[in-house]
Amino acid sequence: MTEDQPKPSLRSAIPWRALTMVGALLVIWVVFTVLTDGTFLTPRNLSLLARQMSITAILAIGMVLVIVAGQIDLSVGAQAGLLGALSAIVFIDKDWPLFASFALAIVIGALLGFVQGSLVAFLGIPPFIVTLGGMLLFQGALLGVTGGVSRSPTADYRYVGQAYLRDEVGWTLAGLVAAWSVWKAIRESGIERLKWIGLAVMGGVVAAVLNAYEGVPLPVLLVILLAAFFSVVASHTPFGRHLYAIGGNREAAFYSGIPINRRVIGVFTLMGALCGVAGVVLTARVGSATSDAGRMMELDAIAAAVIGGTSLLGGRGTVWGALLGALVMASLDNGMSLLNTEAFWQPILKGAILVAAVAADMAGRRKS
Amino acid sequence: MSLLELRSISKHFPGVKALDGVSFDLQKGEVHALCGENGAGKSTLIKVLCGYYPAGTYGGEVLLDGKTAAFRSLRDAEEHGIALIAQELALVPWLSVAENMALGREPKRNGLIRWDVVRAQAERGLGLVGLDVDVDRQVHELGIGQQQMVEIAKALIKDARILVLDEPTAALTDSDAERLLKLLMELRARGVSSIYVSHRLEEVFRLADRITVLRDGRSVDTGRTADLTPAKVIGMMVGRSVDTLYPRPASVTEETALAVDGLSVADPTNPGRFVVRNVSLQVRRGEVLGIAGLMGAGRTALLSALFGTARSPVTGTIRVGGGPPRPAPVSPREAMDLGLALVSEDRKRYGLVVEAPIVENLTLAVLRRFARPLLLDHRERRKEAQAQVDALRIRTPGLNLAANQLSGGNQQKVVLGKWLMSAPRILLLDEPTRGIDVGAKAEIYELIARLAGQGLAVVLVSSELPEVLGLSHRVLVLSQGRPTAILEAKEATPERVMEAATAVA
Repeated sequence: MTEDQPKPSLRSAIPWRALTMVGALLVIWVVFTVLTDGTFLTPRNLSLLARQMSITAILAIGMVLVIVAGQIDLSVGAQAGLLGALSAIVFIDKDWPLFASFALAIVIGALLGFVQGSLVAFLGIPPFIVTLGGMLLFQGALLGVTGGVSRSPTADYRYVGQAYLRDEVGWTLAGLVAAWSVWKAIRESGIERLKWIGLAVMGGVVAAVLNAYEGVPLPVLLVILLAAFFSVVASHTPFGRHLYAIGGNREAAFYSGIPINRRVIGVFTLMGALCGVAGVVLTARVGSATSDAGRMMELDAIAAAVIGGTSLLGGRGTVWGALLGALVMASLDNGMSLLNTEAFWQPILKGAILVAAVAADMAGRRKS
Repeated sequence: MSLLELRSISKHFPGVKALDGVSFDLQKGEVHALCGENGAGKSTLIKVLCGYYPAGTYGGEVLLDGKTAAFRSLRDAEEHGIALIAQELALVPWLSVAENMALGREPKRNGLIRWDVVRAQAERGLGLVGLDVDVDRQVHELGIGQQQMVEIAKALIKDARILVLDEPTAALTDSDAERLLKLLMELRARGVSSIYVSHRLEEVFRLADRITVLRDGRSVDTGRTADLTPAKVIGMMVGRSVDTLYPRPASVTEETALAVDGLSVADPTNPGRFVVRNVSLQVRRGEVLGIAGLMGAGRTALLSALFGTARSPVTGTIRVGGGPPRPAPVSPREAMDLGLALVSEDRKRYGLVVEAPIVENLTLAVLRRFARPLLLDHRERRKEAQAQVDALRIRTPGLNLAANQLSGGNQQKVVLGKWLMSAPRILLLDEPTRGIDVGAKAEIYELIARLAGQGLAVVLVSSELPEVLGLSHRVLVLSQGRPTAILEAKEATPERVMEAATAVA
């Protein structure tokens, strides 16, 4: 068994890349905290930050899987906007029940993803083109269904994006995470054990900070649940591992008998469903469905995934990394707003950070 | 009864008969080697028996355990116990050893992968091949030799009874190759049969129980290794006499056009190894220097290095004309300025902009010459392009036809014409007649002779031995990146060249 084998050296076992990202995030936070005289680190602002990152995070969770499989989806922003609007419209105009209008967004999203994935898999159209076409198409459709006017659903609907959980719920969740982590930590050893202990502590800190304001925001809980679920899908299911194999070496995947087309369609379908979730949260958080909702969000999602260590060449990336990437992006937005920096600086800085992150990735690749 | 039997297998590709009635059989616990020159049909044959080409896309019959087998896919053949170890390693670099071995058939419970089972299986597999590495390591951290072992282990845990190995030692170091041979001998003792495709006759004779030689898509003969000698096998592989149809330019001058001294090219995928090692050569004006060698001998890498397109570090010096020694060029631009031109082996990829018209392709390398001073002088450009079309007898209705509308032979002439327009002094030709028909070949031969006659120095790489022997004044033979012989035309017999090409350098 493994115990008899020489363990890989400590140096190679430490996830240097992840540590670098956490370090970069800390630097950003320290800088903003100093520049804002501490306002950045208040529970109120951190709670806002968590809510701000939620939609990008949901999209980034799916985007990681898409990119890991060597694909790309440029349509997710427009798709989220369209699906959020559709769901709001059936809720307002057709009096659909809340649950049904949410489900509609997710089901239609999955369907759109399925179609896009099929075009990529069976017709061999590059995903860049399929989803660029999809993006334009969904933008047009969004303008069509909204008729150019904002539609605001009632408070029931907005609850999904704006509600906070009671303190007890937050503490209970943190307790569950801690219990699970401790149990894992006991079974693991070395670096793995440290990781689990770290997670237990982090769960407590997050709950404490969010409860110090109004409680855990519902969209944030959703993000955490989705991230946990898709992280398991990515790491512990044949479907997830096949995505890594396809993106890492398509030939090897083929020679191993992996149904490449089905997997590609599968990952686009999942991405579509997540667009549905993101769209609902978006409409609910903003309080209305607008005709340009979701615009450019695909780029935030891709940037979050890439900053979080996903390789655009495919084969490498993690869901948790993408979450961290989303947090970096949201921190930049949030911090600069606090500083009253002129709006044009935000995309400039985000662009620079994105390119720097990929440059670091390429340099790392050359070394290994 | 044979474990596996192939009966008169035929396989056609558009315009080519890759296999023509080949029969082959494999016994239990046997290593059966497949030998042949490049293009003899070895790879096609193993792709048929591994299900890469599904049943129905080839003629003839495959029998496994005496029963007709119609494999629909690689996976299907694998389930019947036939595993292909392809030339290119089929592993995912960023996944762990264990995961690679389970890929495509992960054990699972409730939809989740059972990593404990994956690891245990992998450890069992590594035990079978005697490889001692942590199964949690990522594959890219392993050496090529270890990766090859992982591939074999992957096949063995799928209960493969027949291993099909396509040039498995081509990328290995000598000691790794040695381990692989030992392993295959051990597996044979345990009843695992292997089909072993290799150029390295020395390995074949150590390992194989029987040898089948293919040539031009037919099986020449099958014999017990004990009854054969390397010379006999080489004779069967070559098998044809050199035509006298090749025109050889008469006048070789004494003037050196290109001298290469101690040129080495690092292996881009395998640090510390070399694809070309310490090659020195000289070509005189008016001379055709042939370079012979088997696939992977470093011929293309040598030409790439001379033309500044090598993908890895190049050491050694070159002298052009009467110039001083200097390092090899680092870009095609620099090589062209030195008077070099390269007609690469893959004209569609490196030679032509296939969608662009002929005039565009012919003048691509020398566009600067037509700039007046910024805009292109189209009239002059067309005039010179037309002159090449006439001189090379490129058969086309006009200069505006897209290159991919031409036949292979005419496409190749466009590539040649493109480089002749740059007025080179040294012409490097890599497989100049690949994939073109016999008539066009003859024209290319004539052209090469004519150009040499005009004082051009030509370096010719070709896998078609008769071509190299027929056209060249001298032949340099490479084996595993090293020069093993330099032969004058009259002493360059197919047997001597093949002997040098299969020699262990």
